[in-house]
Amino acid sequence: MLCDNCQERDAVVHVTRVVENAVTQLHLCEKCAAAKGVETTLSVPQHPLGEILQAVQQQAASTGEDALSCRFCGATARDFRATGRLGCPHCYDAMEHSLRELLRRLHGSSRHVGKRYDPPAAHLLEKADTVHDLRDRLRRAVDAEQFELAAELRDRIRVLE
Amino acid sequence: MSGPRPGPGSGPARPALDLSLLPDGGVRWLDASGPHSDIVISTRMRLARNVSGYAFTGRARDGERLRMLAQVRDALTEVPSLQGSLLLTLESMPAVERQLLHERHLVSKELAGLDPQQPVRSGAAVILGESVGLLVNEEDHLRLQALRSGFCVPEAFEAVQRLDAELGGQVPYAFHREFGFLTACPTNAGTGLRASVLIHLPGLVLTKEIGKVLAGLQQMGLTYRGLYGEGSEVVGNFFQLSNQTTLGRSEEELQDLLVRVVRHVIEREEEARRVLVRDAGYIIEDKLWRAYGTLRYARSLTFDEAMNFLSGVRLAVGLKLVTGLSVYTLNKLLIFAQSAHLSYLEGRALTDTETNLARAKYVRQVLTSEGGGVE
Ligand SMILES: [Zn+2]
Ligand SMILES: [Zn+2]
Repeated sequence: MLCDNCQERDAVVHVTRVVENAVTQLHLCEKCAAAKGVETTLSVPQHPLGEILQAVQQQAASTGEDALSCRFCGATARDFRATGRLGCPHCYDAMEHSLRELLRRLHGSSRHVGKRYDPPAAHLLEKADTVHDLRDRLRRAVDAEQFELAAELRDRIRVLE
Repeated sequence: MSGPRPGPGSGPARPALDLSLLPDGGVRWLDASGPHSDIVISTRMRLARNVSGYAFTGRARDGERLRMLAQVRDALTEVPSLQGSLLLTLESMPAVERQLLHERHLVSKELAGLDPQQPVRSGAAVILGESVGLLVNEEDHLRLQALRSGFCVPEAFEAVQRLDAELGGQVPYAFHREFGFLTACPTNAGTGLRASVLIHLPGLVLTKEIGKVLAGLQQMGLTYRGLYGEGSEVVGNFFQLSNQTTLGRSEEELQDLLVRVVRHVIEREEEARRVLVRDAGYIIEDKLWRAYGTLRYARSLTFDEAMNFLSGVRLAVGLKLVTGLSVYTLNKLLIFAQSAHLSYLEGRALTDTETNLARAKYVRQVLTSEGGGVE
């Protein structure tokens, strides 16, 4: 789609405006959007990991770790590559090997030397072990066609109910 | 104020958020009371935290995010740093109010849900205390933050660390022996600490030294962004400098790094200003007076124009070429001359043309009432 303003560059910013009860859509290229002062709130952020992520993930693919999925949230290494985001804290264990390498490349180290943390005792029992949360996880597993995980979650819900 | 209060319900296009509920409008950090506030506008300390037992926000289902918010909300009564805080549920607010909070640097663009293609996610909320704030269900479940006027790293860090200790004693964070605090994006893992300053560097830009300085920063492990963080452009010579890495160094080391490098950048900026005045005095003076004249008399101003001219006037005030104008007023203009603020002021949605007219009118009024200027 071309920019509504200059008709030259591709539109990347889409602004919905309500003016006197009429809704209009404005499609702008980055340059025209900036000229209209909307770039600071609407521009598309760049992928923060960029090339490093790609390099590490290619390595993971070659070692077979690409096929791994997290037992808690169902996220796969492929999901991570697509979004640059992990699915849950357990993903760090599921993809430990390639993450350690990625962290080393990103930070120059994979070892936390800062503040240590102990969770409050009363909360040691994971909140996710409630029927509600298990159902959410089950739906996510079914959506992602992870049927083995789905069966396991269904069993756990039956025990709790 | 007593206890957290719910955000206003979704209403008509007319803004319904009562801004008087925000302590100091949420922008006390603009008041230029902090150290070096002629060059450093503000210091921000942010800690990324996630609650164990939940999928990260991006992968969580609506119900999980809402239960996470409920768990945090329940914990608030036990968190002294957030006593008397204000809880705003963003999904129940109209877009103009969410944008307004973003323009005040109180919520990120992501949390504010300003991408027209995507609705605000359920459970998105911000909790605003007197001196600290908490974003809920942003990219990470929790983003703890403290904002201070000027170059004020230790005080801001102490405040956010206190909030962290109090909240972490109530809500179980996801923590890993080797990787530290676990975050949705590995770029934030470890300490989860992003220590940053918003700094104004017109001298280095005018002397064309800025490229060298920015390259030097990156070698030292710092990174820079525009006025509104990741993905935003540098406008009006305002830069956000922050630590690039979060893992492998302690919180104290990361702070020290920022302090050391920013101190150096401040010195370079001061030196550049001295050189400008010495070698190109009349050119600079003319440039700055033109910027001031435009702000004072223009009938239409785009956002970028306003930022660039404000940068010029800020420099003029710093060099004492313009007197009678406070840095506080100029800081306020940076925030209040943005589009959501103007449309809030006018009480209705504005077209682009109307926004530019309203911006010029507002800037004119503020400068006239301050009566600064001609020597
Ligand atoms: Zn265009
Ligand atoms: Zn996971």
